[in-house]
Formats: sequence, C-alpha cells, structure tokens
Amino acid sequence: MQNPFETEERRAFRETIRRYVEAEVKPHADEWDEAGDFPWRVHEELGALGYFGFGISDEYGGLGFDDAFMRAAAAEELARCGATGIWAGVGGRSISLGPLQSLASEEIRSRLLEDIVLGRKGSALAITEPGGGSDVANLQTTATRDGDEYVLNGSKTFITGGMKGDYFVVGARTGDAGLLGISLFFVEWGTPGFSRTSLDRKMGWWASDQATLYFDDCRVPAANLMGAENRGFVAIMENFNFERLSLVAGAVGMMKTCLEESIAYARDRHTFGKPLLEHQVIRHKIADMSARVDQVESYMNMICWQINEGAMPVAEICKAKFAATRALEFCASEAMQIFGGAGYLRGNPVERIYREVKVFAIGGGSEEIMRDLAVRQMGL
Amino acid sequence: MKVLVAVKRVVDYNVKVRAKADGSDVDLNNVKMAINPFCEIAVEEAVRLKEAGTATEVVAVSIGDKACQEQIRTALALGADRGIQVETEGAVEPLVVAKLLKGVVEKEEPQLVILGKQSIDGDNNQTGQMLGALAGMPQGTFASEVVIDGDKVNVTREVDGGLQTVALNLPAIVTTDLRLNEPRYASLPNIMKAKKKPLDVFSPADLGVDVTTHLTQVSVEPPAERQAGIKVEDVDQLLDKLKNEAKVI
Repeated sequence: MQNPFETEERRAFRETIRRYVEAEVKPHADEWDEAGDFPWRVHEELGALGYFGFGISDEYGGLGFDDAFMRAAAAEELARCGATGIWAGVGGRSISLGPLQSLASEEIRSRLLEDIVLGRKGSALAITEPGGGSDVANLQTTATRDGDEYVLNGSKTFITGGMKGDYFVVGARTGDAGLLGISLFFVEWGTPGFSRTSLDRKMGWWASDQATLYFDDCRVPAANLMGAENRGFVAIMENFNFERLSLVAGAVGMMKTCLEESIAYARDRHTFGKPLLEHQVIRHKIADMSARVDQVESYMNMICWQINEGAMPVAEICKAKFAATRALEFCASEAMQIFGGAGYLRGNPVERIYREVKVFAIGGGSEEIMRDLAVRQMGL
Repeated sequence: MKVLVAVKRVVDYNVKVRAKADGSDVDLNNVKMAINPFCEIAVEEAVRLKEAGTATEVVAVSIGDKACQEQIRTALALGADRGIQVETEGAVEPLVVAKLLKGVVEKEEPQLVILGKQSIDGDNNQTGQMLGALAGMPQGTFASEVVIDGDKVNVTREVDGGLQTVALNLPAIVTTDLRLNEPRYASLPNIMKAKKKPLDVFSPADLGVDVTTHLTQVSVEPPAERQAGIKVEDVDQLLDKLKNEAKVI
C-alpha cells in the first residue's frame, strides 16, 4: 500500500536494506537458521548502512537524527529475509541503545556506543527473569550498594543477543518491592560473577543467540548505575515503545513474505487441472491475507507519523502490536494451508514464519498485556 | 581528473513489465522505477576511481523529466559529487541523448565519460557509441576492467572471442558491462548527505540541442506465449517429431 508520508530518502533507505537482504541474507537464511548461527559480518554490514543509528547522535557513530518510518522500513525489510532469528540477532542491540545513550555515563558512552552502533560489538537489554517477564515491576534480581560498587545477584532469561553480547543493560532491584525500587545497570561481559548459557531448543528464532544470564555476586562500579537509583521502571517502559514498533514492522515484513510465497506457490502448483491460484477458495485466502497486510501497514504508518510529530502514541503502539501479531498468525496459518504438505517440511520461509509467530505474539509484551496496557491508557 | 557518469531512470529490473492495452507502449502506471543497473555500475566505477585518488570529481548526469532527479540522488548517495539534470519531456531517443550528453561534455570537459552499455528498457546499446562519434572521443565499450594509465585509459572489453584490451587517449568514453564491478549499497548517512549535494538543471536549449526525434514507436506487444514442452519416450520418437511435427530435419 502507498504510504502518504513517503519521501525520496525513505524510499532510498528501504531500497538499500531490501537489496542488501536479497543479496546477502536471504540466500543463506535457511542454512544459518538450521545452523543456529550467522556470521558477525551481518552486524557490521548493517551497521555501516545505518541500521542501528536512529536517535543516536553522530558523535557516537549514530545518524544524528531519528525517523520512525525509516526504523520501521529497516525492521520490515530485514524481517522479509524469511528467518527472523537473524532479525532478532542483530536487533537485540537496538533495544539497549536508547538507554545507553540517554542514561549511561559519558565515559561509557564515548567508549563503546560507536562500536555498538556500527555493529562491531553486540549489546543487549536484560529485563525478563525466569520468574516473570511482563510483570516488570516485580523483578527479583538485586543490586546492593557496597562502597563504590553495586553487587548484582539473580538471573535473566530470553535475552536476545545475550550469548554474543559484549555489553548489557540490566534491570535490578535497588529498593523496595514494586516499580519504584528498580534501577538499570551497565554490565560488561567478562565481569567476575557474570555467566551465561544458551537458550536452546527454541520453537523458532534458531539463528538468534538467546541467553540466560546469571549474576552471582557480580560487582560493578557505582558509576555503572544508569540514571537515578530506583527510577529504572519508567526508562524500561519508555524503551518498550520502539521495541514494539519494530515488532509490528517485523510482523508486516513476515506477512508480506507469507503473501508473496503463497502467490508464487499457488501459481506453480496445479490441482484438479488448474493452478491453485485459480481456485476460488485460494483466491479468497489471498484477498484476506492481503487486506490484513494493508490494515497493519496503514496503522503502522499512522503511528510512525505520530511518533515523528513528537507524541509517543503508547496506546496505539500496544494495539498495533497485538493487531499485527493476530494478523500475522492468520497470514502464517493461511499460507501454510496453501502450501499444504510442502509447508510442513523444513527449508521454506512459510514453515519457519509459522513457528516464529508466537515469539512475536509473546515477546516485547504479550498480546494479553498489550490489551491491558491499551485499556489502561484509555483511563479504564 | 573529472569523471562524468550518465544515469538513466528505468523500470526496476525486478518488475515484470506489461504492454498497455492499446499496444502503444509499456505500462508505466504505478511501476517501480530505479537507476539502470549498467548505469549503477558506471557510478560505482567512477566512485572507485575517486577513492583511489585517480579522479578528483564525479559528476552524475541524467536526462528526463523531474522524476529522474531521484536517480541522480541515488548516484550522489553512492558517492558522486554533484548532479546535472537535462530536463526533457516524453521519450528521448539514443541520438538525442547522445547530442545532449555531448553538450554536457562540452560544458564540463571531463577526462572520462562512463555510461552503461545499454539501458534495460530500450536495450538499444547506442548512446555511448553515438556520443563517441559526435564528440570525436575514443570509446571502450563493454568494459570489464578500466585502468587509468597516465594520459591513457586501458579498457578490457568483453567480446565474443574472449577479452580484448584497448588503450584509449583521454578524454575517452567507457561503457560498462555487467562484470566490471559490484555496486555498493547506498548507506543511510550517504543518502542524507546526497540531499545537500548540488544538482543543476539545464534545458536542451541551454545546451543548444534540438530534441526532435527521428524514431516513432509503432507498437508494443508482449512476447508470444510459449507452448508447454513434451517429454519424448525415445530417440525414434524424437526423430519422428522433429521430422514430421517441427519439420526441422
């Protein structure tokens, strides 16, 4: 669908990412996902193209400007590679970049932000715990002040970018129970007391290095406290907005892949003497999928416009996220039905997307939490 | 050394083009447009010459209506320093393009002009050669390698029998083949920088060129649909079919 807010630069940047993905990622997507890994050069190549630089000032290697449309276009185009484990693997750093720029000390920022933005180093955001994800206000990892240091104890799980990450933004409890007792800390991989294990046997996102992190009397300098003590909750919540926008954009990319793959397959595959595409039941599926893509894409574009105007539309982002993942679930399921048995075999994007629906529907705030947040924003 | 690169706005190579219902032309309604792939290779080669310190300035020129400024911006995002648009309306034929480019060459006096060997819409493969004739410049077409050597340029050409290398006195014209290089991706910082690079617009009259066309497009038809092939059982059947159905032996 046409975007009324399209500009030449937005179109050019989308084209850059699309062409990069077509040539450098898509041909390897199956192989990398099956291997559960992809080469680090993808981080560096995307970094050089500007993928991670939004909202980061140029003194730290960033773009020096922000644009929600471009953020969304980049996330959408990379998701179209058909293996969003790669998308997640590179995008893990994005959700830690905002807090690092706005809350980390100048020493930390000038030392490592550029390396992260240009893809030379990895970083990750560590909030979710084995005991709970969406209930951020109740997180259990503790950070206790001891002289010039904080001592971290506890564990984090489902951390995207966690196995290869060099730098981490970790949420930990510094005060009383509840949302006013949480702080953010900068923790470097290699700090004594910090260990990690890979989260294996995932349903999808095989190429992504999801991790469980363990902090066992892990000491960090007091200067690694990011922002004010006990004021981490708001920062975490604000940071979710761009994460959720990128999940919506990723869902749009996956839906478009489902639609394209379905049309291509339905053209080739003949049943009852004619191509699948000429059967009315299949044509209706294509129409329904296409309408869902248009709906979510239009919704996303309006949200991007509003973000660029300066108002963060929290409720709409929440609503768009669950609307997007419901639509994605529909498109993935219909695409599977069109593929039939062929879709049940590994080695095609439709089968993989069907397995990756749930990580989008649960990660970054589950559909249920999104609905709750949206209704709360309505003052109810 | 100044390098002039010509870029053309064409239908994106991924688009499956359709003829208009009345057969007058290809249907360009809502079709994605892009820089001609051979022109992109030309831009890349010029930018590499600049990065190697051989070229001092890369100027990208396009001919067409205002929309072709987008392709000039693409060239600027890939590393060209400034752009020139020669504003024309409607279709321009290769000879007119060559005349307009000659006008730009006279204005800019580049040492090297790099063009795509052809554009993927008309597939004429004429403009570079015509420009060579009009401007009296030596030409190295279908280049797979371009090496500047003092006041000469050595161009390796892909010809039917293999590779042929010609040495041309500068200023010269080079047209690019597919294997000359692999163009880079335009990074977002460079896309944003391209917005600020100068882009001058000239009319054909500014260049003293008459844009009267000599060619008329009579009709555009899609290629005939091919019949599905068949599998033959054995050599005898193959021979029989070739003899009695295809009537080729």
